[in-house]
Amino acid sequence: MAGTWVIVEQRDGNIRKVTYEMLSEAKKIGDEVSAVVFGKSVEGMASEFAKYGADKVYAVEGDVFAEYNTGAYVAQLAAMIAEYSPNAVLFAHTFNGRDFASRLAQKLEAGLATDAIAVELSAGRGVFTRAIYAGKAIAKVEVTTNPVLATIRAGVMEVAESAGAGAVVKPAIAATAGDVYQNIKSFVPTVSARPDLTEAETVVSGGRGCKGPDGIKIVETLADLLGAAVGGSRASIDSGWLGHELQVGQTGKVVCPNLYIAAGISGAIQHLAGMSSSKFIAAINTDPEAPIFNVSDFGVVADLFKVIPTLCTELKK
Amino acid sequence: MKVLVCVKQTFDTEAKIELKDGKIADAGINLIINPYDEVAVEGGIQLKEKKVVDEVVVLSAGSDKAMDAIRTALAMGADRGILIKQDTGADEYARAIALAAAIKEENPDIILAGHVAADDGSSQVPTRIAEILGLPHINVITNVEIADGKATCTCEADGGTLVAEVALPAVISSQVSWNEPRYPSMKGIMQAKKKPVTTADAVAADNKVKIIEFAMPPAKQAGVKIDDEPDVCAAKLADWMLNTVKIEVK
Ligand SMILES: Cc1cc2nc3c(=O)[nH]c(=O)nc-3n(C[C@H](O)[C@H](O)[C@H](O)COP(=O)(O)OP(=O)(O)OC[C@H]3O[C@@H](n4cnc5c(N)ncnc54)[C@H](O)[C@@H]3O)c2cc1C
Ligand SMILES: Nc1ncnc2c1ncn2[C@@H]1O[C@H](COP(=O)(O)O)[C@@H](O)[C@H]1O
Repeated sequence: MAGTWVIVEQRDGNIRKVTYEMLSEAKKIGDEVSAVVFGKSVEGMASEFAKYGADKVYAVEGDVFAEYNTGAYVAQLAAMIAEYSPNAVLFAHTFNGRDFASRLAQKLEAGLATDAIAVELSAGRGVFTRAIYAGKAIAKVEVTTNPVLATIRAGVMEVAESAGAGAVVKPAIAATAGDVYQNIKSFVPTVSARPDLTEAETVVSGGRGCKGPDGIKIVETLADLLGAAVGGSRASIDSGWLGHELQVGQTGKVVCPNLYIAAGISGAIQHLAGMSSSKFIAAINTDPEAPIFNVSDFGVVADLFKVIPTLCTELKK
Repeated sequence: MKVLVCVKQTFDTEAKIELKDGKIADAGINLIINPYDEVAVEGGIQLKEKKVVDEVVVLSAGSDKAMDAIRTALAMGADRGILIKQDTGADEYARAIALAAAIKEENPDIILAGHVAADDGSSQVPTRIAEILGLPHINVITNVEIADGKATCTCEADGGTLVAEVALPAVISSQVSWNEPRYPSMKGIMQAKKKPVTTADAVAADNKVKIIEFAMPPAKQAGVKIDDEPDVCAAKLADWMLNTVKIEVK
């Protein structure tokens, strides 16, 4: 049996932070840690993973892997698992990672714990903690098949540097162009100078209390001062003030930044589902009874139109 | 063409969760169609209205109570339902096996589902169904165009918008922003009572994931709340951000 594998999440060489979170977590288990990276040409990234403890880096290279596609990636990873028998394989709980892990799990007729927020791996046994009912309860589950498969929520595990050998392994290529069944027509990146919502250290969100695009501008100004991502409640998304991909909550994104600032958001249960596990929470709301204050570390009962501009001035001092 | 929609019955998103004898208590909880699946049902009905398909079938696996979810979908405008009786403790693997077996018999051209269930939040079942049936799967779609035996889907991917095309039959999972589900009309509710629903037992399959325990999340400590002049609030908040959270200002 050969240790813990971490499936790297990258696009055009931009590695998602959750990859480092998973590597750091895998290192704690004590077993051999391997990063598995797919792409057209990825060997050059190996040293990046070694920095976070990867003993081995499986560089899976070829034109067919240039962009994530379920068919080729699953065929290849299944062949590698058969050849190298890892104890556990961890994926990121992202758009691609969820698809990859679920399809692979079914191909192997195996169990899979998705969106895990804590991992316990020992002697080939894998127990995972998952938030269920949108974070209103917690389930501990054991994956009873081998290898142990899981997807990991971004932002919950600490990144720690630790030197690994990063020895590059070039596995035999088992996937062919015939395995590809999705024809990717286009990928249009969201143009934003701000960090990705699920990766940001700080998130500033605006709700209906922003009253319109002008209020959202105020929220954005604060976000930019903090190098933060901007998010919103469903009310501000449905009003068209922010794009749908910025919705935080049960039917939007789940975020766990270091600091979450909710401005003009009441704190409906569906919104709390997406942000209540943030490390620090601040709320600005005119209603002292707003439920958002129940989960806030620091709440101010005040008008966001007055508080945020002054806050920006104070922070710049 | 025929579209089949997988609907899971879930707790109302407003429901308060409590544990009873180590399990999630379901007494008195209002049950609804998983919000993503409601969007998928609406998507299926709209395909029929546009004459892309001529039949909308809804499929649910669960207890007898899941009949309510099927009837709601029928009241929205779906044509008929299938209830697969299965223990609600079935995991994603066992559910996918049971649903895929029923789908295989129906042989639909398009299989719609939600991309995640609001209760267990797994995001696995549609992908697993696609693998079992050897079909393509496209996830988190916000739009779909059906033409020439192909589905062209717009998806909310990480960091951008992806447009991907697959050959039919295919499994397609919805994001909530795809559409605004209609409310069943009074007439729809009456008609739904007469629409056919067949029931069958689930194909047996063992779970691959075992629940060890359920717990409640750690209770959040009540924090500071200040109610003062805006300038005072701003100064105190800035102080907290700089000295407690230790944020860096760009
Ligand atoms: C199935 C389902 C899924 C859902 N999913 C989500 C989800 O993913 N995310 C989500 O956010 N919601 C979701 N919702 C909606 C949710 O129930 C709430 O309706 C929504 O979160 C409300 O948004 P809000 O807090 O911005 O608006 P409101 O509840 O209207 O709150 C606005 C707040 O702004 C305050 N305010 C007003 N003026 C000012 C001012 N000048 N300064 C400061 N404060 C001010 C008010 O006191 C109020 O508390 C979902 C609902 C359902 C049924
Ligand atoms: N018991 C079920 N009956 C019908 N459809 C289901 C069931 N479980 C899951 N699904 C479908 O699979 C989607 C994702 O569910 P999950 O993988 O549990 O998050 C749901 O939105 C449904 O469309």
